[in-house]
Amino acid sequence: MARQTRIRTRMQDGATEILVLVNHPMETGQRVNPQTKEKIPAHFIQKMTFMLNGKEVAVVDMGVAVSKDPLVGIRVKGAKAGAKVRITWSDNKGESGEAETTVS
Amino acid sequence: MKRILMLAAAFGLAGAMAPAVLADPTSDLRQFRGFFQKKFPTVKFDEYASGLYALPGNEGYREQWKAYNEFSPYELGMANGKKQWDTPFQNGKTFAGCFQNGGKNIAQHYPYWDEAGQKVRTAEMDLTDCLKKNGETRSFTTADLDKDDDVNRKARVELAELTAYFYSLSKGKRISIDMSKPGAVKAYEDGKKYWWQRRGQLNFACANCHMDLAGKNMGGNQPLSAALGHTTAWPAQRLEWGRLETIHWRYKTCNSQVRAKPLKHGSETYNNLQLYETYLSSGLPLTAPDMRN
Repeated sequence: MARQTRIRTRMQDGATEILVLVNHPMETGQRVNPQTKEKIPAHFIQKMTFMLNGKEVAVVDMGVAVSKDPLVGIRVKGAKAGAKVRITWSDNKGESGEAETTVS
Repeated sequence: MKRILMLAAAFGLAGAMAPAVLADPTSDLRQFRGFFQKKFPTVKFDEYASGLYALPGNEGYREQWKAYNEFSPYELGMANGKKQWDTPFQNGKTFAGCFQNGGKNIAQHYPYWDEAGQKVRTAEMDLTDCLKKNGETRSFTTADLDKDDDVNRKARVELAELTAYFYSLSKGKRISIDMSKPGAVKAYEDGKKYWWQRRGQLNFACANCHMDLAGKNMGGNQPLSAALGHTTAWPAQRLEWGRLETIHWRYKTCNSQVRAKPLKHGSETYNNLQLYETYLSSGLPLTAPDMRN
């Protein structure tokens, strides 16, 4: 199933906030399937990169402690309206996703 | 003793006559709104569509709700629902073809009394029947919606996402339920009975929590909503679930929370209860889908 990656920007306290919502199970590898008694394999986002006009502004190293369907946000100062924002993420199973928007 | 019996008979007679007046849904509605107006004089009528977040004392929950709605996870489920709605069937038709006005701005009349079938019909039923009519199957047309294992839950969530998208097409429309048919009133009465009947180990009726105790907490961490505006947000996403779910699933879990045996998903009694609750929220704008505690 293709994963959705949604992105949004907004002004917050004089800085631009970039918010990313991904539908991802974020399995820790600790959970047990009650029917088969087998462990559910770990499946989580490891890296999320934020780029502003092609320049990397933040990299998030994520782990299993992050919740399911995570909402990740950063604040950038000095981003102009119309600037291109691009984020990419990749997980431990080799899946990846990306989303693009412009600063409003 | 004889006098007491006669007194009882007199009261019985008065009691038997009284329901003829009380049974009128319109006066029920007036009484119901009056109850909440008196209980929460500071809350405006339209605010009740926001559920428990409108009630005084729930400011903390309200802040959380607002933050959650800024970029809310139910958008993911909604996108799935939209995809289901837009994808044509094998025969080229779509869901929109099964509904008046292409499914737009009609959800405020749900659930409705179906005179031909002599029963209450919900949006979930109409959506499922639309699939059947077009010879389509989906996971939720065959799954057991009462079970909560991975497969059945996924099917139920699919139905909830589709229903949520259907309701979102009528967002902001004010609820108006047609009560002109005697059958509708009968179903309404059945829902009313369920609403006021105490049940479960905790011995609560719906009305105990959602009228008398509205705005308070049950067991410390379950804020209780006001019954007025109960159905406007459903299908909703609860923090606890992290997914969109149908209103019948909420009824089931609500029953479990008072340690009562839940009924079947899509059972007639739940349909009637939904009709009763929705009618009593008449005039409130639809906000579904939304987040609820």
